[in-house]
Amino acid sequence: ILATRVPPPAKYGGRHTVTLIPGDGIGPELLNHVRELFRFSCVPVDFEVVNVCSATEDDINNAITAIRRNGVALKGNIETLHTLPASHKSRNNLLRTTLDLYANVMHCKSLPGVQTRHNNIDIMIIRENTEGEYSSLEHESVSGVVECLKIITRTNSLRIAEYAFKLAREKGRKRVTAVHKANIMKLGDGLFLQCCREVAAGYPDIAFDAMIVDNTTMQLVSKPQQFDVMVMPNLYGNVVSNVCAGLVGGPGLVPGANYGRDYAVFETATRNTGKSIADRNIANPTAMLLASCMMLDHLKLHDYATMIRNAVLTTMNETQVSQVLSPHCTIHSPGVYSLRTPEWRSSLRHCISVQEASL
Amino acid sequence: MFHKGGKGFVFSLQLQTVTLIPGDGIGPEISVAVMKIFEAAKVPIQWEERNVTAIQGPGGRWMIPPDCKESMDRTLIGLKGPLKTPIAAGHPSMNLLLRKTFDLYANVRPCVSIEGYKTPYTDVDLVTIRENTEGEYSGIEHIIVDGVVQSIKLITEDASRRIAEYAFEYARNNQRNSVTAVHKANIMRMSDGLFLRKCREVAENFKDIKFTEMYLDTVCLNMVQDPTQFDVLVMPNLYGDILSDLCAGLIGGLGVTPSGNIGANGVAIFESVHGTAPDIAGLDMANPTALLLSAVMMLRHMGMHDYGKKIETACFDTIRDKKVLTGDLGGKSKCSEFTEEICRRVRDMD
Repeated sequence: ILATRVPPPAKYGGRHTVTLIPGDGIGPELLNHVRELFRFSCVPVDFEVVNVCSATEDDINNAITAIRRNGVALKGNIETLHTLPASHKSRNNLLRTTLDLYANVMHCKSLPGVQTRHNNIDIMIIRENTEGEYSSLEHESVSGVVECLKIITRTNSLRIAEYAFKLAREKGRKRVTAVHKANIMKLGDGLFLQCCREVAAGYPDIAFDAMIVDNTTMQLVSKPQQFDVMVMPNLYGNVVSNVCAGLVGGPGLVPGANYGRDYAVFETATRNTGKSIADRNIANPTAMLLASCMMLDHLKLHDYATMIRNAVLTTMNETQVSQVLSPHCTIHSPGVYSLRTPEWRSSLRHCISVQEASL
Repeated sequence: MFHKGGKGFVFSLQLQTVTLIPGDGIGPEISVAVMKIFEAAKVPIQWEERNVTAIQGPGGRWMIPPDCKESMDRTLIGLKGPLKTPIAAGHPSMNLLLRKTFDLYANVRPCVSIEGYKTPYTDVDLVTIRENTEGEYSGIEHIIVDGVVQSIKLITEDASRRIAEYAFEYARNNQRNSVTAVHKANIMRMSDGLFLRKCREVAENFKDIKFTEMYLDTVCLNMVQDPTQFDVLVMPNLYGDILSDLCAGLIGGLGVTPSGNIGANGVAIFESVHGTAPDIAGLDMANPTALLLSAVMMLRHMGMHDYGKKIETACFDTIRDKKVLTGDLGGKSKCSEFTEEICRRVRDMD
């Protein structure tokens, strides 16, 4: 996303290789949609599929090695069975921390064809992705008393703040809001806030303010239009990004990206496994398709990205989304846009053919 | 709402005493409003006003004034307005002191959509029960080396069991159908895992109440899309803080949300959770709804359901009618006018 970045390696013969991690639940079927669409649109990307089964460490290490090799990945969510002991860490988290994908970026924008309670939402959420509450450092000091450590470091806080402001400047955004709870966690979130302020001083063209996380959620459900760019530590990022995804229409619509210095991994923004709707052909492919467009932009294949993105958005508007994505739908907007997924797919292909013909 | 272990207080003829802490800013005016309305409804309650400015006891430890503590220990019921936390006053926040002194372990916030005060969300009817003593707010932080800070989140078996038991009892006593535990055990395996295990154990003793578990992010996602699917939510401190404010936002904000804190020894303090609003203090512009609804919660806790229902109905009718509303509700009336209107309705109901 940052203009200064050099396109990643693994470009051979004009074709990129991207690691694909299907994951669990709805991951495999969503990624199949992506692969099919890429094949249909003749996108010069080849996928190296790496399956990660939750049981052993080897699989995730293979996936990490593959991503190091290719530089870019597209992934579904890997399920974490929390009945397993604490030594078995979340695979998704392991991937993010090992590859140092420190920035999770999510762009929540109200889509014209989707009817929601709030309109005109356009928020970019930048969430620190490696430390904070997700450090997975826990111990039982005395029987019945568990301590969980939340780590905030100056380096990572400065890094994420720098990323946020650079992105804001690049995208022409006016204001960055830091979300924190420094009135209670004075040292930890206090450090985060201080780092944000230091970085803000170097960007006088961008306004900076801070808001406490509980007030933030309250403002988001009453007046989400007031927010522009938001930057925050890991856990608050989890909460805020899910709230925002819900506000613009649900988990099936919003793509997310994880950026590190050397690698980038794209996925759906809210990282749901979606076990209850898996294999029923009702999962909404929009989020994953838009994530693949973000990936294509990252690979500097902008024409393909725009083509697919336009096709997705046109299809969504044309098939009268508003009637089906009502507020009373269950979590993943089932019955996709009053058509089932196969019909939606053919409509999408039609849109792409039309665009290709006009090129 | 009944506290653990017994039925509500029963009093038909005698006067019950309640400790009233008016608080700062708009606190005194809204307390006066509530007292007026209670008088109009002829509620058999007498108020004992106390102040909670922190004082330094022997040994330099900050504590609440002894007369306040004595009053609360005797009456066991308190109604509190907003307190200001002065920065750099040297003492911790008053709310924190109160919480520690009376071991207020459960924060209960029922969020019900108010007919007449329109928000994008209708039909909200849920209760958030938040563990209020430990978790991420333990206040234990260290600087490991320069530039690296560690905050400790503490989860204990006892506190988790206690809050789970309270949540299920609340559900049973208030005819709620399900309790959902909110957690992030996929990431914080041991700490939230412990919390979850205790909830599961307690659920075994309450087979009549449905028990579900949901990740915090899933709850947030679903809450803003369809809040009607939630009933009672129980969770550790930080998630509770965020979620209870999220739910307050759904129904219209802190100006209309009641809240109650339950303590270990039968103490219960009901409070308004909004700020002190120093900019409108003393101008007769404040909205007493939050404190009033908390007082109604208090009446229900004490077993005085009829009085509670009467006052609540009068309040909701006034808001639904839209003729006499304070500034924050979209009207132009004064606090005293709003109060008088509710008093009038209460009197008319007799």
